[in-house]
Amino acid sequence: MLRLTLLLLLLLLTAAAAAAAAAADRSGTGAPQLRGPGLGFAPPVPASPSAPPLLLLPQPGAEYGAPGVALARSAAEEPAGPAEQEDGGEHREHGGGYRVVQWEWSYVQTPYIIAIWLLVASVAKILFHFSQRFTTVVPESCMLILLGLVLGGVVLIANKKQLYQLEPALFFLFLLPTIVGDAGYFMPARLFFDNLGAILTYAVVGTLWNAFCTGFLIIIIIVIIIIIIIIIIIIVIIQFYIRVNQTSRHSSSASFLIVSIGGTLVGLVFAVILGFITRFTKKVRIIEPLFVFLLVYLAYLTAELFSLSAILSMTFCGIGANKYVEANISQKSRTTVKYTMKTLASIAETIIFIFLGISAVDKSKWAWDTGLVSCTLVFIFVFRAAGVIGQTWVLNRFRLVPLDKIDQVVMSYGGLRGAVAFALVVLLDGEQVKAKDYFVATTIVVVFFTVMFQGLTIKPLVKWLKVPRSTSRKPTINEEIHERAFDHILTAVEDIAGLQGYHHWRDKWEQFDKNYLSKLLLRKSVYRKSELWEAYQKINIRDAISVIDQGGNVLTSARLSLPSMASRASFPEVTNVTNYLRENGSGVCLDLQVIDNVPGGKVEEDTETHHVLAGNLYKPRRRYQSHYSRHFMPLGEQERQDREVFQRNMRSRMETFKSTRHKRHKKERSLKKRRGSDTKEDGGDKPRRNVSWQDKDPVVVPVESDEDKAEHSDPEKEEDVGITFVARKAETCSLTCPPSVPAALDGAQSPPPGPASPSGGDTHLPWKGGVGSPPPCVSVEATKIIPVDLQQAWNQSISSLESISSPPAPAEPVHPRVSALSRLGSARPASYTPPGSVVGSTLSIGAQLSQGSFCFPDRKKDEEEDEEDGGAELQPLMSSLRPPGHAPGPGRRRNPCVYLRSLVTAPPPGEPHSRGPTQL
Amino acid sequence: MGSSSSDMSHIPDAQELMQETGFSAAHLARLHERFEFLDKDDRGELSPEDFSTVSELAMNPIGDRIIAAFFSPGQQAVDFPSFVRILAHFRPTDANRSRNGRNGAQQEPANSRTNRLKFVFQLYDQDRDGKISREDLLEVLRAMLEMQVEEEQLQSIAERAIQEADLDQDDAISFDEFRKSLEKVNIEHKMSIRFLE
Repeated sequence: MLRLTLLLLLLLLTAAAAAAAAAADRSGTGAPQLRGPGLGFAPPVPASPSAPPLLLLPQPGAEYGAPGVALARSAAEEPAGPAEQEDGGEHREHGGGYRVVQWEWSYVQTPYIIAIWLLVASVAKILFHFSQRFTTVVPESCMLILLGLVLGGVVLIANKKQLYQLEPALFFLFLLPTIVGDAGYFMPARLFFDNLGAILTYAVVGTLWNAFCTGFLIIIIIVIIIIIIIIIIIIVIIQFYIRVNQTSRHSSSASFLIVSIGGTLVGLVFAVILGFITRFTKKVRIIEPLFVFLLVYLAYLTAELFSLSAILSMTFCGIGANKYVEANISQKSRTTVKYTMKTLASIAETIIFIFLGISAVDKSKWAWDTGLVSCTLVFIFVFRAAGVIGQTWVLNRFRLVPLDKIDQVVMSYGGLRGAVAFALVVLLDGEQVKAKDYFVATTIVVVFFTVMFQGLTIKPLVKWLKVPRSTSRKPTINEEIHERAFDHILTAVEDIAGLQGYHHWRDKWEQFDKNYLSKLLLRKSVYRKSELWEAYQKINIRDAISVIDQGGNVLTSARLSLPSMASRASFPEVTNVTNYLRENGSGVCLDLQVIDNVPGGKVEEDTETHHVLAGNLYKPRRRYQSHYSRHFMPLGEQERQDREVFQRNMRSRMETFKSTRHKRHKKERSLKKRRGSDTKEDGGDKPRRNVSWQDKDPVVVPVESDEDKAEHSDPEKEEDVGITFVARKAETCSLTCPPSVPAALDGAQSPPPGPASPSGGDTHLPWKGGVGSPPPCVSVEATKIIPVDLQQAWNQSISSLESISSPPAPAEPVHPRVSALSRLGSARPASYTPPGSVVGSTLSIGAQLSQGSFCFPDRKKDEEEDEEDGGAELQPLMSSLRPPGHAPGPGRRRNPCVYLRSLVTAPPPGEPHSRGPTQL
Repeated sequence: MGSSSSDMSHIPDAQELMQETGFSAAHLARLHERFEFLDKDDRGELSPEDFSTVSELAMNPIGDRIIAAFFSPGQQAVDFPSFVRILAHFRPTDANRSRNGRNGAQQEPANSRTNRLKFVFQLYDQDRDGKISREDLLEVLRAMLEMQVEEEQLQSIAERAIQEADLDQDDAISFDEFRKSLEKVNIEHKMSIRFLE
């Protein structure tokens, strides 16, 4: 029922958008007709007709004149735009009266329509994924095509003619790079190079084979070439082909080699540049993703500039740089890059599919020829199969692990032709290729057939053939270790046997990489770390995430789904040894899955309790430096300290947590209290808050508290932070953190079951504290393993919360004033005193954040006056009153994150004195 | 190859070896060449010193373990059949099982999954007590990671690995557990070397 309603809504929305677009076009604004969504993405192209891109532009010159004018017009209007809005149209008299609201449809039309399209498509995706059963059967592209059909129909009905068409420049400069960039950057390098021979063969030889065989038979090469694409590398050939056909009309294998090798080289050069640049971005984390996008994109454009294979260039730039970039940039940047790339790629795909749907509906766009269509359908299938079988036969003579029959069937059948094929055929120049309309029809049919029919049937087929499905899971630590051992063993055996095989060369390459490339391209701090150690950390983080994540199904697109999370969290059956171990809950290890699996029974109650405790117990004495900057993520020393303290506390908490699974109690609590009063630094309240957990139900609560945070940490969910703080290690030691601070921390921490305080250097490494510190009643294993896991988990959530809390716009501008006010102690504008619940809380966070040390001396006398104001001011004041050496008592501490979190989840009942009602 | 057939006569028990290991005659000839090249003093056996002449092995972090794996315990020499038998672990699995089928009935080929894993397992299990203890694992890790990682980090990795694989809580990885932990790994692919003919 609900779904039906939503669908209706969607249709309405679609219709409205399309009709509006059509209406606007019909009415005409004086400006030449906008050319549909293409322009929205490609303003630079039409705007500079003098310097046309070196792409194939079948419709050059005049075509761009019109949009150019349109753009010029909108550009001219642009300065006027804001002014109009601000002055409320006082000077803009129109007709009889003042126009308060201007109808500026033509101004926003293009981006507006695109945005609406994407919105509709995305909403459709959501609806699509509502049905679990449906999703497993129907591929997403089917849905997109159908949606395109509907949209196309609506547009057609509203407008009677085709408005939107794909521009070559839009496609080659914007849509294609996003798709390719995504594929290239996330190409699993190891697999890629392990199977390089096979991939290249299938890509190059296979494409040529398919193209020529099918093409010669139907006598029209180009369409078929265009149709037969699926792998990126194949597109290279098409690009090349089109270019050759249209520019030089001269083709030779030499130029093919130059195009592809040149493209590859350009890509590698940019990969090196990219790696080198990211080496120095430690201080400007925020632009790291930008560098990645820019350089990968520049690799594409540069290759394009020299008429080399842009796709190869981009792919190799991605593959080459990936390792170094990923190691250099922060975890947050990594997440950003990942999501942005995926988003862009899916946008591009969606747009193309919608174009496809629209074209399919519009009869004027294509001409039907049954013979051509049916021949093409048959031949692409036959020749793909023939090509696969032939090449496999050749390849199997060289491959260590031969491809068997089932592989071949799947590869033959898996030839889905999608968005790119269609885009390419639409881009044909109608002037030069007279039969374009026939080609379009054929391609549409082929795309429909392959995507709909083959796409729908391939899953049952694969199931029926019992193909071992790649359980895209992340390797366990054992596998990581042993596979590295395998590599060494194989290299050694090759050396002994006097062979210079694949492993021999890979080993040589790795030596080279280690000795030169990594030194050049990797940050020092990163360079010193070992891969295995990183793998270890990643696994830990993953476990932690699976604890937080539980459901694991937050990501809608199938391509985005993160295997580790899903496999850990949602597979009930025993998938691997680790899970087996976990589910059997060994006595030694406190196992994460067990925590996971227990359904949160008393969640509500526990939330209550632990908020009460969190609220009552501690309060931060220090706060973050508040500063808003577009260019930096706030990440002060204090945050780092907080984190360190926090981690240390987490560890000890976990120890006690484990030890008290059976006998937890007051002793525990007193312990905690003692620790709380001993602690000198703020930010450590998360672990302490867990006092409540242990008293309530230790097994249940972690799930609960993690859960509500997980909601907010969605975008950064996977493996955040862990690597980040490692990267910061050097920074911490050398720049900011005097050894005395951590030492002091340790001194404060050690009396409870905490560890024998680690050495000064060790304190920077959160995991180190956990290692080798003998806890009272827990076996060594558990200490070493679990705390690290959970620390990461907490870290994860903390950092995501911080990212929510730190850069918010509303809070930041207020700070200076607020702090100034607090210094004055009186005369405060009324607007600040009763902040609304949400605003107030933001404010208070802001204030909390802002008032670090600078207003400290004046606070005392302000305190009383501030009492009734509650929210904004008091919180910081109270806590900053406490001198550093003084034990703040159990009730005062509050980390902004915790605070924020409590705001988001449930109102913390009963703040002691400093909390005003505004914050509830 | 012309030379290979002439070489066959030098090789002791060539036919038997071929049957047992699945290497072709050309493979054997090539390996024998290599064997003789390594065997500096022409004793028909290789000593550990002979192996150390392979300069690349010195760079290999677990090179000496692998060398040691060629020698059965207590012995200081390896003859050609044993040499080939060890190498046979890494022969790619055949697509056509017919050749193995004849012997395979009584005895698993050396390049079977189990035998390969056994070989690796023994590389870890230096004290040959049938289990990879924490110490065993740590030593391998120490070798493989060289100086990049501090001891405590190594410990936690080893800890975690054992924890993960150890099913019977004896704080060590038995062969069964070892095999299980690598259940998902494509050993056929990852442990094969293309031997030249």
